[in-house]
Amino acid sequence: MQLFTCPFCGPRDETEFHFGGEAGNLRPDGADVTADRWASYLYMRDNPKGATREIWVHMNCGEFFVMERDTVNHKVETSIALDSAEHA
Amino acid sequence: MTRRYSALSLFKEGLAGQKGWEPAWRSPEPKKTYDAIVIGGGGHGLATAYYLAKNHGITNVALLEKGWIGGGNTGRNTTVVRSNYYYPESVAIYDLAHRLYEGLSADLNYNVMLSQRGMVFLAHSINEMEITARTVNAMQINGIDAEIFSVDDVRRVAPLLNFAPDARFPILGGGWQGRAGTARHDAVAWGYARGASRLGVDIIQNCEITDFIIEGGRCRGVHTTRGTIRADRIGMAVAGHSSVLAAKAGFRLPVNSYALQACVSEPVKPILDTVVLSPGTGVYVSQSDKGEIVIGGALDRVPSYGQRGNLPVLEGVIAGLLEMFPTFAQLKLMRQWAGIVDVVPDSSPIIGESPLPNLFINCGWGTGGFKAIPAGGTLLAHLLATGKHHDISRPFDLARFASGRLLDEAAGSGIAH
Repeated sequence: MQLFTCPFCGPRDETEFHFGGEAGNLRPDGADVTADRWASYLYMRDNPKGATREIWVHMNCGEFFVMERDTVNHKVETSIALDSAEHA
Repeated sequence: MTRRYSALSLFKEGLAGQKGWEPAWRSPEPKKTYDAIVIGGGGHGLATAYYLAKNHGITNVALLEKGWIGGGNTGRNTTVVRSNYYYPESVAIYDLAHRLYEGLSADLNYNVMLSQRGMVFLAHSINEMEITARTVNAMQINGIDAEIFSVDDVRRVAPLLNFAPDARFPILGGGWQGRAGTARHDAVAWGYARGASRLGVDIIQNCEITDFIIEGGRCRGVHTTRGTIRADRIGMAVAGHSSVLAAKAGFRLPVNSYALQACVSEPVKPILDTVVLSPGTGVYVSQSDKGEIVIGGALDRVPSYGQRGNLPVLEGVIAGLLEMFPTFAQLKLMRQWAGIVDVVPDSSPIIGESPLPNLFINCGWGTGGFKAIPAGGTLLAHLLATGKHHDISRPFDLARFASGRLLDEAAGSGIAH
């Protein structure tokens, strides 16, 4: 059983967390967004092998945060609370 | 040298000390140029190479595999072959695969041990019975064999199931596809490899792609750990690693890579002669010819390239299995592993030309790639040979994500992810 760290609650069982998506995938702004740009936002992913930066939610407390981890060895580097500047 | 496998050749070789067999496939040094390159020595890649040679007469082909053939998801699945999907486009592609599987041993002169023992998908509530009726109706309308099973029918094919009235997931009945079954997964890889090699395809193992050669905006070949290899038609069928290769080629895919686990018990005498799937517990199970109970379940919920799998999902799968088959609590698990699967938002595959011209992709099969191997190979070979879609692959083009014309089998046939 792996422990993930919630910035609010501390280390908790991995089953309490849900993957939310890749960090930095910003919603396109404006009324004239092309279909390709929408598809890119909605569907296209970097899906990196190795170091990654992701949005996760701790389902027990509802905290959304950024987790930096490795997709091959599953080592977690950091958990960072998500402020308004990160994902505006 | 003995080339063809038959009872007679086995008998003759037995008399001759088994010394006359030729290797199942050649292992040549890579040439500098080919007419086509196929990246990925799993079932889909090997089938692509085979059908390029057999269906289209293109035999100057290199198949490049970074490890050993059949060592990825082709050797890590639970070997189930079925075609119980919902949308007509999906039925067309999975039934193409299913029908090719039915003739594959004869086509390849290699016994892939297809066993059409049937599959029952259980229903645990009145609501699930209604959904099962909808699925069975859709399958029948699309020309696929399917029938509704009463609880007595289920008891007839799988008497060890938990029919207790106080079961957590009581069994009310289910659906049945009699043509479904299992095939020997390694034999599928080896049979296609042997067939392709005999038609002239060079199968090159331990050959990892380091970069693509891009000239004039088109893909012209690959740099590999065994040198530079050029071709003007390149196909890739690398499942969970599709995003990694796409990044080298300069584009992104609508793919997330997850670990999908499976495990087997110690071998026991025959006790289960069908495939059983329970959407309620998320578990599917069959018994291998060696006697092992082969167990599969849901995806790990953590994006991953680690071919191991995590403990909570394994616990959940085993708990579901024991709810379905309480007697299996006596069994010991012998092996557990995971493969990295390429999960797409609409749970349908992606087949077509990539954003990099000359590079064609076959990916996105997610948790269901093994059953689709003959179709994936046929359709990618058609694209490589003609540059155009086969009618069956056209709906699965990457362009569907921009047009919004998705094929949502997650909703259609209730795929768990």
